[in-house]
Amino acid sequence: MSDQSTDAGWFAGHTADDDLRAAIRTGTADAPTDWPTAAVNAGFADDTDDYYATLQEATIEAAHDAVAERQGADDQQLLHAVRAMDDATRTANELAERCHKWASTQFDDVDSGIDGARDVASREPTDPVEERVVSLADRIDDLAAEADELRGFIKRLAPEVALNLAEMAGPVLAARLISLAGGLDSLAKKPSGTVQVLGAEDALFAHLAGRGSSPKHGIIYTHPAVSGTRPEDRGSAARALAGKLTIAARIDHYSGDFRPEIHDELDDRMATIRARADDGDEESEQ
Amino acid sequence: MSDLPDGIQRREFDGQTRLATRGDPVYGEPTDGGWRCWDAGRSKLGAMLEGGMGIDLSSGEGVLYLGAASGTTVSHVADFAGPTYAVEFAPRPMADLLDVAEARNNLFPLLKDARKPDTYSHVVESDLDLLVQDVATRGQARVAVDNARFLGDNGQLLLAIKARSEDVTADPETVFDSVCAELTEAYKITDRQRLDPSHDDHLGVVARKR
Ligand SMILES: C[S@@+](CC[C@H](N)C(=O)[O-])C[C@H]1O[C@@H](n2cnc3c(N)ncnc32)[C@H](O)[C@@H]1O
Repeated sequence: MSDQSTDAGWFAGHTADDDLRAAIRTGTADAPTDWPTAAVNAGFADDTDDYYATLQEATIEAAHDAVAERQGADDQQLLHAVRAMDDATRTANELAERCHKWASTQFDDVDSGIDGARDVASREPTDPVEERVVSLADRIDDLAAEADELRGFIKRLAPEVALNLAEMAGPVLAARLISLAGGLDSLAKKPSGTVQVLGAEDALFAHLAGRGSSPKHGIIYTHPAVSGTRPEDRGSAARALAGKLTIAARIDHYSGDFRPEIHDELDDRMATIRARADDGDEESEQ
Repeated sequence: MSDLPDGIQRREFDGQTRLATRGDPVYGEPTDGGWRCWDAGRSKLGAMLEGGMGIDLSSGEGVLYLGAASGTTVSHVADFAGPTYAVEFAPRPMADLLDVAEARNNLFPLLKDARKPDTYSHVVESDLDLLVQDVATRGQARVAVDNARFLGDNGQLLLAIKARSEDVTADPETVFDSVCAELTEAYKITDRQRLDPSHDDHLGVVARKR
């Protein structure tokens, strides 16, 4: 897709119905043009009426497909995608560390991390050892690229599976929550106190076994509503966020509508929690 | 008061003069011999027209409609306009919108995010006459500015701004002013009016592309 020109219309180069629908759904362009005229000039349509008739058929079918796909909400695909992304990232980083140590015995100035591996991958090997090192670096480059592709895929898929959750949590955190719960269905059935600590199971079990305090938040810690709040208010922020995320997941699971008011309500809650910090600051300044 | 194009008429429904367009009924609105009442209580654009804002509509014009939902308003727009592109990003209302589109051959439904015009620039044509926006999410001015690319010279923007979507705690007038200020990046505002009481905390804006 990425090597395709981005100034062509949805009809360019397609004739089969399936291709046209897919082009409506996944195509892009940097700027619109007079597509009806372009389509007639390209011989795609006899005249503009013919063009609009084909366009309507294609847009309705494309939207129909997309709606059907989203309503069949394939949360399991999202779950696998996010786990695969995390595995690919972790493995790439581990291998990059290995590659860095090994490559440093063969080449000067080798950087660590994925960028370092990419640099090694671009070198010309001159002996059998270098050949192995460069080849390893190549695979790391591929693996890191796959992780990026997976992230892009998750960003497109998450709003399709759970629009409100993806809007509120961001697509990747939404996918992680669904993955940790085992599916959208089970996420929607969890009480918000459980959602609050999803991903902190180790800490929770330690707490239940009498070791350590109860965790205030799990994976939702990565959300700016929590991480961007001062430490003493993070507990309330996490509770408020988990409550709204739970509602978002339930709406996505049971209805599928977009509900702007739940996003407003979260902002409202966060503003109140942060206002406490501002008030506190004023008091301490006085 | 706005001049109405041929496709929109003021007609009597239950003893009251109301706006109407010609087409298949969509949301249980009263009808009268092929004309369907445009319920201003359910449509912000309807309320902007009823409120006498300086809006310039003409039959057959090209329209991009952002936030089409299940098609209450965009169905009336497609009744009088020409090619009408309807963007909505939630699947549930889109399912209803598809039925509305089936009954109107100039209505093109797109399941897309209005914040990402690149994802429909390969479908929506340029030089449109009218951009109607009712998305009720944060960043409404940004959406209008980013979608100005689809309007021709002097193309018209009809925007309903929801204050609560931008900032739940701020005074609505303050929110409206800052949204309007951001709009001037791409538009010249020609009219603004609160849509209360039919649509609380909403501002109607009419603007021209710069
Ligand atoms: C107030 S409703 C619109 C009602 C509609 N204009 C009417 O009068 O019939 C707002 C709609 O905007 C949609 N929406 C919100 N953000 C959007 C976005 N970024 N892209 C596309 N649609 C969006 C929502 O899903 C919702 O259906």
